[in-house]
Amino acid sequence: MKTMRLTGLMRKEVYEIVRDPSSIAIAFVLPLVLLLIFGYGVSLDARRILMAEVVDHPTQLTASFLAELQRSPWFRPTIYPDQASAEQALMAGRANAILWLRSDFTRQAYSAGSAPIHLTVNGVDANQARLIENYVNVSWLLWLQQEATGQGAHLETPVAADARVWFNPALRSRDYLVPGLIAIVMTLIGALLTALVVAREWERGTMEGIMVTPVAKTEILSGKLIPYFAMGMGGMILSTAMAVFLFGVPLHGSLLVLFGTAALFLLTALGMGLVISVLARSQFVAAMIAIVTTFLPAFILSGFIFDIRSMPQPIQLLTHIVAARYFVTILQSAFLAGDVWPVLLRNVFGMGVLCALFLGIALLRFRKRLD
Amino acid sequence: MRPILHRILALTVKELLALLRDAASRAVLIGPPIIQMLVFGYAATFDLKHVPFAVYNQDRGRLSRDFIARFEGSPSFSLLRVVHNQNELGQAIDDKSVLMAMDIGPTFTSDIERGRTTHVQLILDGRDSNTAALAMGYAQSIVTTFNQTQISIQGGTLPSTVLLDRAWFNPNLDSRWFIVPGICGILTLLVSMLTTGLSVAREREMGTFDQLLVTPLHPTEILLGKSLPGFIVGFAEGSFIILVSVFWFHVPFTGSVLGLYLGLFCFLLATVGIGLMMSSLAVTQQQGLLGVFLFMVPAIVLSGFATPIANMPQIVQYITLLDPLRYFLIVLRGSFLEGAGVSLFWPQYWPLAVIGVVSMIVAGRLFRRRLS
Amino acid sequence: MDAVAVGNLSKSFGKGTAHRDALKNISLEIPAGSMTALIGPDGAGKTTLLRLLAGILTPSAGAIRVLDHPLPKEALALQRQIGYMPQRFGLYEDLTVEENLSLFADLHSIPHEKREHRFAGLLTMTALGPFRKRLAGQLSGGMKQKLGLACTLIHPPELLLLDEASVGVDPISRRELWSIIQQQVAGQKVTVLLSTAYMDEAERCDHVILLHEGEILAQGNPAQLAASFEGRAFVLENVPTAPRNLQAQIAQLPGVVDTVIQGDGLRIVMQQAEPPALPQKLTLYGTPKPVPARLEDAFVSLLFSRTTRHPIPLPPQRDIAGDDTAVVAVKDLFRYFGAFAAVKNVSFSVRKGEIFGLLGANGAGKSTTFRMLCGLLPSSSGTLRVAGVDLRTAPAAARARIGYVSQKFSLYGALSVQQNLSFFSAAYGLENPRKQDRMAWALEELELKDYAKMNAGELPLGYKQRLALACALMHEPSILFLDEPTSGVDPLARREFWARVNALAESGVTCLVTTHFMEEAEYCDHLLLMSLGEVLAQGTPSEIKAKARSKAHPTPSMEDAFISLIEEHEQASRRAS
Repeated sequence: MKTMRLTGLMRKEVYEIVRDPSSIAIAFVLPLVLLLIFGYGVSLDARRILMAEVVDHPTQLTASFLAELQRSPWFRPTIYPDQASAEQALMAGRANAILWLRSDFTRQAYSAGSAPIHLTVNGVDANQARLIENYVNVSWLLWLQQEATGQGAHLETPVAADARVWFNPALRSRDYLVPGLIAIVMTLIGALLTALVVAREWERGTMEGIMVTPVAKTEILSGKLIPYFAMGMGGMILSTAMAVFLFGVPLHGSLLVLFGTAALFLLTALGMGLVISVLARSQFVAAMIAIVTTFLPAFILSGFIFDIRSMPQPIQLLTHIVAARYFVTILQSAFLAGDVWPVLLRNVFGMGVLCALFLGIALLRFRKRLD
Repeated sequence: MRPILHRILALTVKELLALLRDAASRAVLIGPPIIQMLVFGYAATFDLKHVPFAVYNQDRGRLSRDFIARFEGSPSFSLLRVVHNQNELGQAIDDKSVLMAMDIGPTFTSDIERGRTTHVQLILDGRDSNTAALAMGYAQSIVTTFNQTQISIQGGTLPSTVLLDRAWFNPNLDSRWFIVPGICGILTLLVSMLTTGLSVAREREMGTFDQLLVTPLHPTEILLGKSLPGFIVGFAEGSFIILVSVFWFHVPFTGSVLGLYLGLFCFLLATVGIGLMMSSLAVTQQQGLLGVFLFMVPAIVLSGFATPIANMPQIVQYITLLDPLRYFLIVLRGSFLEGAGVSLFWPQYWPLAVIGVVSMIVAGRLFRRRLS
Repeated sequence: MDAVAVGNLSKSFGKGTAHRDALKNISLEIPAGSMTALIGPDGAGKTTLLRLLAGILTPSAGAIRVLDHPLPKEALALQRQIGYMPQRFGLYEDLTVEENLSLFADLHSIPHEKREHRFAGLLTMTALGPFRKRLAGQLSGGMKQKLGLACTLIHPPELLLLDEASVGVDPISRRELWSIIQQQVAGQKVTVLLSTAYMDEAERCDHVILLHEGEILAQGNPAQLAASFEGRAFVLENVPTAPRNLQAQIAQLPGVVDTVIQGDGLRIVMQQAEPPALPQKLTLYGTPKPVPARLEDAFVSLLFSRTTRHPIPLPPQRDIAGDDTAVVAVKDLFRYFGAFAAVKNVSFSVRKGEIFGLLGANGAGKSTTFRMLCGLLPSSSGTLRVAGVDLRTAPAAARARIGYVSQKFSLYGALSVQQNLSFFSAAYGLENPRKQDRMAWALEELELKDYAKMNAGELPLGYKQRLALACALMHEPSILFLDEPTSGVDPLARREFWARVNALAESGVTCLVTTHFMEEAEYCDHLLLMSLGEVLAQGTPSEIKAKARSKAHPTPSMEDAFISLIEEHEQASRRAS
């Protein structure tokens, strides 16, 4: 490899980047917009559950139960006069769940039978529905205990499960979504940018002119990789700064590890872009492939939102070729837990294999030939 | 009127042929949505299955074994490792081999038998907050059932209540029923935006645009000719994906077909309109793509596809009012699961129609301004 | 020693039904230090051969040795020693002239201390010195080609491969390009192999290779090649201006291979070395005189027997006398792009049934004028009437009177020939049964039947041209705009194209044409010469040539006239500023 040829190609690339604002837009505006939207817009915590409460026959007992629900940070209760109107509210989306205490609730509670607390949730959003059930469950248990102590009776809950959530005790979903998001943004920058710029050279005919000069194909490929790598790292710094300073996500790991793994990931993403551009010589097709194989898989198959362990086996296998999968895990660990070497090594290995695979394919399939 | 229809029809046919005769664009238009539908349909689920957990059990009694068995018996958890000290427990969480670790004290059985509360420590890996929160909920409910059994054995008193859960529309709380209709919406959005968003820029780059402009075609006719293919492709792919949802993924369809298709029509009106707006603004395909992309990503994220809109900050919630996908997802989920029909969907139809009409008018203006 | 030695070379593309032989069993040698031209119809395999020699295609069979490097094995080593300029040289348009040069200097590892000297030389030679800091994207077509050539020459090559370097370039830039190439041959002893559609360029080479359907049809010294057709060329002198009818009649005589209008004369090439037997009614023009044969005669004659050409009959002669209606009228037309005036104070009018030619250097304002006439671009001021209306503001239906064939291929490449025809006839509001009739007409008359189901994008260039013309004619327009319609097209296809345009003009269609082929300018009834956005001269071809007459050039050709008039004007305006 000759440095003069390589620097020449890189300088050319830099001029093109500087003079065509759309690549800068992809590298810096896209992360900015995406991080803002995700950071502020996406939260999995059901914090404002609209709870319709129907109490047929209010008593002191029902009041104390409702008071307990009121204390929970998750619910926004509204009292409805009867079950029918509450069901209407549920249908119209004005309520997520209905809590119904029947007229004989108090009587039953103190007599032999168990008094039923009817909870009806809208099951369309199964995830949210399950959260609602759990939150009500927790409140109900707390209430039971309180009632028992209040009446001087001795009710000890046999098992108290003291759940402690490590690394993210408050379970702030932003703290784990934002690091995951960085992986998605970086996938986009890397793959979309390289796929487009190489396809553009084919379309404009500049590639033919370059190919008949004495440059080696490694020089052509490195001439593309290095400038966009630098730009991608710039995007990474921007994203990290936003995560830490704007969204207040703690960064427990070392910067060295963070950026070291980011560099490896970026190389993988750029390699993927190169492979796409070797396969597709038109910008339109390259961009389509890039969108289809980067954004949505990184969003859905990386474990960023949907848990990989819960997917069917064949799809779990498929996630192994999604580079974002490894980087999402690394980032979540690096931000929230610190440098956990077993996690790091495992995922760095996965990413390294993919990186070698993509760069290898690009190198093999890219020819200084037109046929 | 007839000659106008005749010309628009010719434009539409030309546009469809240009899309479908080219092997690459045909492949890109048909292949990926189908593959994505299948892959994501299976992949996108919030239901926890086989969450690995580790146990450090210092108790030798019967009850702790019973307690652990309850976790093992649940489809949500699977016992990965039994460890012998607390260090190992922490280690297992740290290196992500388990998501949950359970520490059972030596007095578990004896405490319960004496009527005292025994404390079990559950450690969850908060790096996956969503999974952790769900797993915590699942674990709590297993503990609760265990407690209920224990209380009834001990003959506990005052006040006796039971919590009866019931979920409407989705009794088994299968999150696939929630996600799959969402994917229908996303893929319809993707296909219709890409069909219209790049069409003018592509003609500009290929030089065919001038050839089109010297014909007696009116700019409005050209725009209509550009938008109809988006509708046709959107309808075709949308219908196909809906069929896959019903017959492959067995998501129940309980609502009215008319209500759903009225929604699909209004949705396509909006997406095609926005696509045309991008198209009229973009000079090159790269710009068109960037535009489509910068619209589509937020549109998906803010639609309520994966995360409820109600959880978003108020200001972001206002922004979602401009997102066509938000309304269409409600129509889709309503039609599939809630058995809702046309009458319940008006609040979704009209904003879509307004977005559609406004963006079409703006696109027409931009298009004509670009020409002069 | 041979710079290039090729033995039994074959190259094919595609598999199965798409299989296509581009080169069939070719053997040739090119001696070092010589200048060789590749000529031949479109799709003959010229570009494929050049790409194989540059090492960017792999041969299907056969051996290639270039500068003693066996290919494709030593392609990388070879690429240090050659310069290759592809048909569409891809300059980086976002880079300045100087940055483009630096890039190629870097790629050829030219040491920095030698660079300044080399750059200065190339910039002087190409006259691009004043534009060092300009973005390549903002250069005119001719300047881009010169910069492309400069980039190719940055590292003095031993072998220079040029693929149609002068396509779409005006005569002045073309002459400059040629002087650069010849300097290389003379001064640096460079071997040059170039492909071209211009026969005058091929004539200037030492050696000519005529390719046809992947095979070598003939090769040799251009003068010798022409000499073998000696005695078959004749000229009929002092014929009336634009004698299209006469030309068409003679073309149909037995034994006639080729007829072209040339100044005041008509050049006739015969199959045998005997003069054409003119029928009685044509004897009033005198007898054809024998003239020396040219390379072009050889080209046409050699391909005559191998290609099936159908004569294009002219419609019965019309009485055009007295039909003075101005179909196109332009008065005081201006067009500004920002502060830059692309078109300044242009006025002219075109009569019905005329072939009206617009000439000018790259960037003289021809295309801008054309786009304004077609209603694609508003004018800044002035009046503009096409068929009595301004197409910009007239109702859309008014555009049904014009047909437009643009500079670049601009049909739908993914649609078949038939689908393109069907779409454009519908766009022009044709309905059945007329639509069916016209489509049948187009497939029949323009001989597109065999290609009806093929994608337009895959047609050979000549057929693309025919299809473009067919699409513009579906609605039988009364005015036809042709913007450099024959750019890059070989001489045979060009003749056929013009025969069709002639037939149209004779049937009363007004044709406006721009072209960089000066011999095509001779076919026009009326010419308008533009330079730097202004009208420089207008009149018949003879009148234009008369303006350039001087002591040095008593009988200037159209090309001489073009160059001298434009250079004079450019110098005058430079002095004025």
